[in-house]
Amino acid sequence: MNDQAIIEFQDFSFQYFSQAEPTLIDINLKIYPGEKILIVGPSGSGKSTLGRCLNGLIPFSYTGVINGSLKINGIETANLDIFSLSKLIGTVLQDSDGQFVGLTVGEDIAFALENDNVDHAEMNTRVTDVARMVDMQNWLSSSPYELSGGQKQRTSLAGVLIDDVPILLFDEPLANLDPATGKTAIEIIDDIHNNSQKTVIIIEHRLEDVLHRNIDRVIVIDEGRIIADMDADTLVSSKILKDTGIREPLYVTALKYAGINVTSKMHPGHITSLNLEGSQAVLRSWYKAISPDSQHNTNPSILMMQNISFSYDGVRHVLEDINIDIRKGEMVSIIGKNGAGKSTLSKLLCGFEKEDQGSIHFMGDDIKGLTIKERAEIIGLVMQNPNQMISKPMIFDEIALGLRLRHVPEDEIAPRVDKVLKICGLAPFKDWPISALSYGQKKRVTIASILVLDPKILILDEPTAGQDFQHYTEIMKFLVEINKGGVTVILITHDMHLMLEYTPRSIVLSGGRKIADTLASVVLTDSRVIEEANLKETSLFKLAQLAGIEDGTGFVQGFIDYEKGMRS
Amino acid sequence: MNSKMKLFSYNFVDSPIHRLSGLTKLICFMLLTSTVMYSYDIRIILVVMLFSLFILKISRIKFSQIRLMIIYVLVFLITNAVISFFFSPEQGVNIYKTRHVIGNLYGSLKLTWEQLFYQFTKFFKYASVVPLGIIFLLTTNPSEFASSLNGVKVNFKAAYAFALTLRYFPDIQRNYHDISQAQQARGLDLSHKAKPMDRFKYALLIIIPLIFSTLDRIEMISNAMDLRGFAKSNTRTWYTYRKLQPRDYAAIAVSLLIFFVAIGISVFINHSRFYNPFI
Repeated sequence: MNDQAIIEFQDFSFQYFSQAEPTLIDINLKIYPGEKILIVGPSGSGKSTLGRCLNGLIPFSYTGVINGSLKINGIETANLDIFSLSKLIGTVLQDSDGQFVGLTVGEDIAFALENDNVDHAEMNTRVTDVARMVDMQNWLSSSPYELSGGQKQRTSLAGVLIDDVPILLFDEPLANLDPATGKTAIEIIDDIHNNSQKTVIIIEHRLEDVLHRNIDRVIVIDEGRIIADMDADTLVSSKILKDTGIREPLYVTALKYAGINVTSKMHPGHITSLNLEGSQAVLRSWYKAISPDSQHNTNPSILMMQNISFSYDGVRHVLEDINIDIRKGEMVSIIGKNGAGKSTLSKLLCGFEKEDQGSIHFMGDDIKGLTIKERAEIIGLVMQNPNQMISKPMIFDEIALGLRLRHVPEDEIAPRVDKVLKICGLAPFKDWPISALSYGQKKRVTIASILVLDPKILILDEPTAGQDFQHYTEIMKFLVEINKGGVTVILITHDMHLMLEYTPRSIVLSGGRKIADTLASVVLTDSRVIEEANLKETSLFKLAQLAGIEDGTGFVQGFIDYEKGMRS
Repeated sequence: MNSKMKLFSYNFVDSPIHRLSGLTKLICFMLLTSTVMYSYDIRIILVVMLFSLFILKISRIKFSQIRLMIIYVLVFLITNAVISFFFSPEQGVNIYKTRHVIGNLYGSLKLTWEQLFYQFTKFFKYASVVPLGIIFLLTTNPSEFASSLNGVKVNFKAAYAFALTLRYFPDIQRNYHDISQAQQARGLDLSHKAKPMDRFKYALLIIIPLIFSTLDRIEMISNAMDLRGFAKSNTRTWYTYRKLQPRDYAAIAVSLLIFFVAIGISVFINHSRFYNPFI
């Protein structure tokens, strides 16, 4: 390793002009050439701001006050513009869909070369070469709509690699990917790091997923300050993760539940490096002592789909012969990779599209004849992005909208909105403008605006996407409350933690067919389902193997039951 | 999702029209629309119209993609025709200098052959532009078009902005569709049952979220472009650049021919922009 740092922050602080407090405070950090660094921190901790300082978006696009020094390659960044910086640091942004500038893969990869006035013939060769590095050479003329999330991300990566920059910066690379694609993304980043000796910086809050491959150092940021700078083993065995609200790896949680003192000597940073020497017996006896959760939902059926088939073009079936029976008061997850038919299923339930075959029953009655508006009073749909739903400036009006459109008298609207505001913990904000709310609060407003119609079933599309552990927990606890209040909840998700922790039952779709409908613990340990649905085996299963527990699925279920017991 | 073919936007299909350069298509589009805008000769207009319908056919655009557009245009043209009749029912007579009354409509309002012929001509004059515009928008690769514009010295930033607009048009249509469904579930009635005033108010309920989610998108895309050096120098090269091929010159030649023949007919045969069958 070189003595000369490639990135060096010295007493660095930054405050956005639009904010009252500085976002980054007294940052001192050295990163050396060829290192692979992970920066973690909860939402709003300043980790993304740190990334923006590195790649020059601060101060180029976001202005504010900078104090102290930041040197890259020995040059003070204050003396560099965003274009010179882009030759030193290549940034892969969080949303690979949003940063797809070109109309095709080839064009997108070529974007930086076009701006550099590289001539046409050379551009073609270089694009083909780089596309080969990320295995996208057969997709050069494809448009973003034909690509999967992982392919879009690889395209973004190629667009950055084409410049042969010494530093690669990944801003939340896992945010929009399903578990299997996320795993592959981490492997691709690692391979590039190993083959090129580039310096790699990953900003992400999903610690366990990044630790799938080796990381030299993990930097923890909280409230604008660096509070830890250590290797993964030390970090995972410390209290720092718990204190900052970052989710620790699941196998570490299990070890702690079992009363095992996790130390850095056990190399707990990665499940592959974990050494359980001497602790296996403790883990086994903990597992035996867990009393299984025997509560079974025996309520009558609330929603039944029978032999549902659907196709947009009359040729390819998007859904084929789907049979699902959901009981009153259940909380289930529907999972599957992109294009498996999850969103289409929710569209059929809401009446946006009409099934070609089969029938949908609500409490035994066929709902074929109901309009979208009538169905909304039974089945509410909350979209993923709150900005796609919010259409009024004030919270009260936004929530009241559904009732006003139904010509409910104003004196009846007020108490109903108040009641929902209270359930959603929004009562103190009743007269606030929506623009003053955080993302999580906006999400609550959208849920409230659906709940006010008093639906019996609530469908949420990726309710926790992009949320850190703390906000994730808040949203999920809130949904559990609503569920306890009698609303049946259906969650469409990629999030394996969410399945494990909150939905006892998971329905898995693949290629328009239902391939599993069982306990989350079974789904996440069944290699066939895992592969077909782009999931990832949970690390708990690996832990069970390490401890010599034969029934891995039983161990995962035991963990779920134990955690449920802890929560209630 | 396969619904993409239904969108009113560029799709790559391998047709002779798609293979023409964007610049060629722009020039031909300008020439042919100028032709029908200049001439009030129904023969020329119908020839251009038939020609553009033929081009529409070989460019393999699906009717489902353009159905909505066609309906809007027809409604507009018919409304326009009715209103202009009531405002100046004698326009045809003024132009053609003869008066053949077909019948009495109401009071002193009379329908004449001249007026009918004039309005018929005008209807097709406008209608013939529609297939041309559709062909241009739906068969032109936005980026390739931007590179051709830049090739004829249009500022590359302006050209790129235009290409990006076309590029994100289908995204915005999709987003609109999603938002509209979610709002309908909240009780929004966009059907014909709602009063026009209500429908306008309701449309706002979709457009506002659309604007906000689009603004998010714009911030992201402009960051992505900055980070990869967009506009760092005053020129740029284009991955999608294509040299004009013989077929491009041929297409331009055909359009030029139609343009000059139309002007020639007006100047030397009709001695006016109008063709007068009444004398």
